Amino acid sequence: MQDFAEAFLLAFGLLASADADLIEIVGLSLYVSLSATAVACAIGLPAGAALAVTRFRGRGALLVFVNSLMGLPPVVVGLIVYLMLSRAGPLGVLGLLYTPTAMIIAQTILITPIVIALSRQVLEDLHAEYAEQFRSLSIGPVDATRALLWDGRFALLTVALAGFGRAVAEVGAVIVVGGNIDHLTRVMTTAIALETAKGNLALALALGIVLLVIALGINAVVLSVRQTASSQTHA
Amino acid sequence: MRDHTGSMEDDLLLPLSIEGLRLEVEGQLLLDGIDLTLASRDITVVMGANGAGKSLFLRVLHGLVEPGSGRISWAGRPNSAATRHAQAMVFQKPVLLRRSVAANIDFVLRARGGPNPRRRDALLSHVGLLSQARQPARALSGGEQQRLAVARALATDPSVLMMDEPTASLDPASTASIEAIVLGARDAGTKVIFVTHDIGQARRIADEVVFLHRGRVAEHARAEQFFAEPSSEAARAYLAGRLLL
Repeated sequence: MQDFAEAFLLAFGLLASADADLIEIVGLSLYVSLSATAVACAIGLPAGAALAVTRFRGRGALLVFVNSLMGLPPVVVGLIVYLMLSRAGPLGVLGLLYTPTAMIIAQTILITPIVIALSRQVLEDLHAEYAEQFRSLSIGPVDATRALLWDGRFALLTVALAGFGRAVAEVGAVIVVGGNIDHLTRVMTTAIALETAKGNLALALALGIVLLVIALGINAVVLSVRQTASSQTHA
Repeated sequence: MRDHTGSMEDDLLLPLSIEGLRLEVEGQLLLDGIDLTLASRDITVVMGANGAGKSLFLRVLHGLVEPGSGRISWAGRPNSAATRHAQAMVFQKPVLLRRSVAANIDFVLRARGGPNPRRRDALLSHVGLLSQARQPARALSGGEQQRLAVARALATDPSVLMMDEPTASLDPASTASIEAIVLGARDAGTKVIFVTHDIGQARRIADEVVFLHRGRVAEHARAEQFFAEPSSEAARAYLAGRLLL
């Protein structure tokens, strides 16, 4: 209990003093996870929409495959990315290992299946509503996909949030490919893991509280934007 | 809204010939050997009691439902993407995109060749919605939503406009507004196939009537003849307000 009380005080102190190390770690965490979310959405939303709109042989098997990728173990993803980016790996020449870019790649691989699977579900429901009208108006699959992505934009914000939540809370992949190097690849989760290993539980807990506050803040902002925007368009 | 001087689209679609159209779903015969020819650019009202097969018939004509057997030809051409491209359909419950009134029209115009603000505004003005162009489409009243759906259908410049009970849940003022638009479309040269079970509405707008009963064409006649002297027992009973069992 003493640790909890100390942790809250410490967390408050870190936030109040705008601790430079903390800001650096938080900034890198947000940079890595928001970048990974952006890339995963750029890939996953059109892919999810295409899966929602099209019917082809093997689609069911593909859906099962994508859904099962949602449960990818982060450490395994980290290991695969490590092998690809290590000096002996096929992409070793790029020299990306132990850089924020490697962490973004790992998190992108981790959350893209989540974005595909969830957006497919959201957009398939919307497509069920629009399909007959689209067919009647002779709307092609490309225009239909664009329309679904736009009209489902508020629901898709939640999908993006789910991806971001998974990315920002993840530790296994980024510690393998990032190495938790101070002032270079140290993010919130890897810092928490390090402080815990060092027995500095109060600081680890304080960092955890800060992480939670950030996650809550981002969720609150997105939810507020979504509610305001959707009430204006009666979506 | 059409510049109707006998375009190729009209030659492509009319006459509409239907031969031996049947559709069976889960052992139930819903359309039972329909033979029909519609040739004139006027308003054909498809009437019948609930469950007679009116809406299904329209969906089959529009290519949204595949018939079990039979033949549909638009000026000798079978149902295809090309024939559907020259048609438009307004559904009983309008499905509007989650965007503004104007953007709903823009979406169709863009898919049909490119944005055209002048044409969009003309269409919205035609259905009395120009002042609400920037409002969210789903915030409109039921009658306004249906007028927008009609404007969106007209944006495709259809040769044949199909309407599936578009005023079924609307108030009299909205119904009158939709009927005026439909009559205007007919006068501009668009063939209208209009499904309704409202006898008063059919009297107001029909040039000819196709009366369906139990998935069959019980009667096909000019409107004045149909209402004055219906030849089928089913139509006589329906017009007299008797229950059709």
